[in-house]
Amino acid sequence: MHPAPSVIFFSVFSGLGFGLLFWLGLGLPAVTGWTAFAFFAIGYLLAVGGLVSSTFHLGHPERAIKAFSQWKSSWLSREGVCAVVALLLMALYAAGLVFFGQRWTLLGVLGALFSLGTVFTTSMIYAQLKTVPRWNMPLTPANFLSLSLAGGALLAGQVTWALVLILLAGVIQVLTWGLGDRRFGEAGTTLTTATQLGNIGTVRAFEPPHTGTNYLLREFVYEVGRKHSQKLRILSLLMMSVLPLVLLLLPFSHILALLAVLIHVAGVLAARWLFFAEAEHVVGLYYGKG
Amino acid sequence: MTELPTSTDKKLGLVIDLDTCVGCHACVISCKGWNTENYGAPLSDQDPYGANPSGTFLNRVHSYEVQPDQGAAQLIHFPKSCLHCEDAPCVTVCPTGASYKRVEDGIVLVNESDCIGCGLCAWACPYGAREMDLAEGVMKKCTLCVDRIYNENLPEVDRVPSCVRTCPAGARHFGDLGDPDSDVSQLVAERGGVDLMPEQGTKPVNKYLPPRPKDQLPEIDILAPFLEPVAQDPKGFLGWLDKTLEKL
Repeated sequence: MHPAPSVIFFSVFSGLGFGLLFWLGLGLPAVTGWTAFAFFAIGYLLAVGGLVSSTFHLGHPERAIKAFSQWKSSWLSREGVCAVVALLLMALYAAGLVFFGQRWTLLGVLGALFSLGTVFTTSMIYAQLKTVPRWNMPLTPANFLSLSLAGGALLAGQVTWALVLILLAGVIQVLTWGLGDRRFGEAGTTLTTATQLGNIGTVRAFEPPHTGTNYLLREFVYEVGRKHSQKLRILSLLMMSVLPLVLLLLPFSHILALLAVLIHVAGVLAARWLFFAEAEHVVGLYYGKG
Repeated sequence: MTELPTSTDKKLGLVIDLDTCVGCHACVISCKGWNTENYGAPLSDQDPYGANPSGTFLNRVHSYEVQPDQGAAQLIHFPKSCLHCEDAPCVTVCPTGASYKRVEDGIVLVNESDCIGCGLCAWACPYGAREMDLAEGVMKKCTLCVDRIYNENLPEVDRVPSCVRTCPAGARHFGDLGDPDSDVSQLVAERGGVDLMPEQGTKPVNKYLPPRPKDQLPEIDILAPFLEPVAQDPKGFLGWLDKTLEKL
């Protein structure tokens, strides 16, 4: 799949933002006043910035409001609804903390749940697609949720939680890669099932429908990323999980914590790039590509 | 609206005969011609006369080589367009309600004024039947020529999809696949029509008729007795001439 920068930035930063809002909703850290304002501002910047960047890949962003209507069937629509509900709930909750020094616990918990729900619905947009077997497994939501919770804990300064969750996210990431590599084969879609010509003999793509490229090949058959994927996997795992863990285990300082956040985010960005670049769409089979 | 109807009154679709298709791409051109100037946004081209041309097409013809265990390979031309699936995954993923499946005839359509061009429906389609138009920023797909098949301004013979009307080999058939007595359903039953990628669970309405087995003639050469060598050494004057000319 084509790794569109807008979608990579959207999913990483909104995941991080909603992850932070989740912890703030639970009162971790229990901040009020201007400190709370600063925390919520970071959460909102990341979450809303991510959402806005996701509209850059739309053909008609001015009609985006219509995307809230089909929550009954569409995960993309559910994501939009969840995000707006989460942001509204958290805005009220944050107003209580910042302006009145009041913690409205129920509101915070609900906001936290909807924040996590937004990340889950984002992941389901990909996990639901049978056409991309690598994404079509329960580990996809686990991957998105664990990264969001880990990054959120890191931003919220919850060192213990961050240690546990960054380790967990790293393990889930390795499993996602390992099992993901086998998914295309397990899904059983081949050039033979695609053409139904197997009764006659072995099928080979002889000639594509056109001499040039097309939308389908540009969008779904992205082979460049597969060349260095193993090296990139190791690099992104080091940055997303291993290095932040080491930095957190060192005696605490704000500089090291900031460094841990930056390295972690860079690692997640690399992993998310791979998430798209490595994913094989079954339509590639019609063009003789796996 | 992006919830699929539980059933449709008709299941209009195409039956494509892989035995008959000669791979001329006439259906591709006629589809582009009709659909670029009728229903919805035109089908744009990018850099059409330049070094790297590409464009929006609703129908494309692939070619596959199939090698049997014994004997010569076969070349099979393979037209592919929207299969108007009963469980169309492209419809349910649409966030705006722009994609829908019609209850009356089962045609899958895009309401272009509601389409935000997110591309998710094209991601959900295993067949590559949907293409984003780069000029218009909306999703394009086969409409089964919905503006022809019910169009009473056209002569009755033209009220079929443009690709079907054009095909010079008669490899494309249009009809109601929900009616077991229809010509297309009979054809599918008779020729063993198949679904593409059945494991994807899309329940496509369009069916493909597999190539018929090639004739296997026994190795008897009935003409052989008549093909005794006819060349003989020339005699008489011609024999003398032949020898003399050889010596020169």
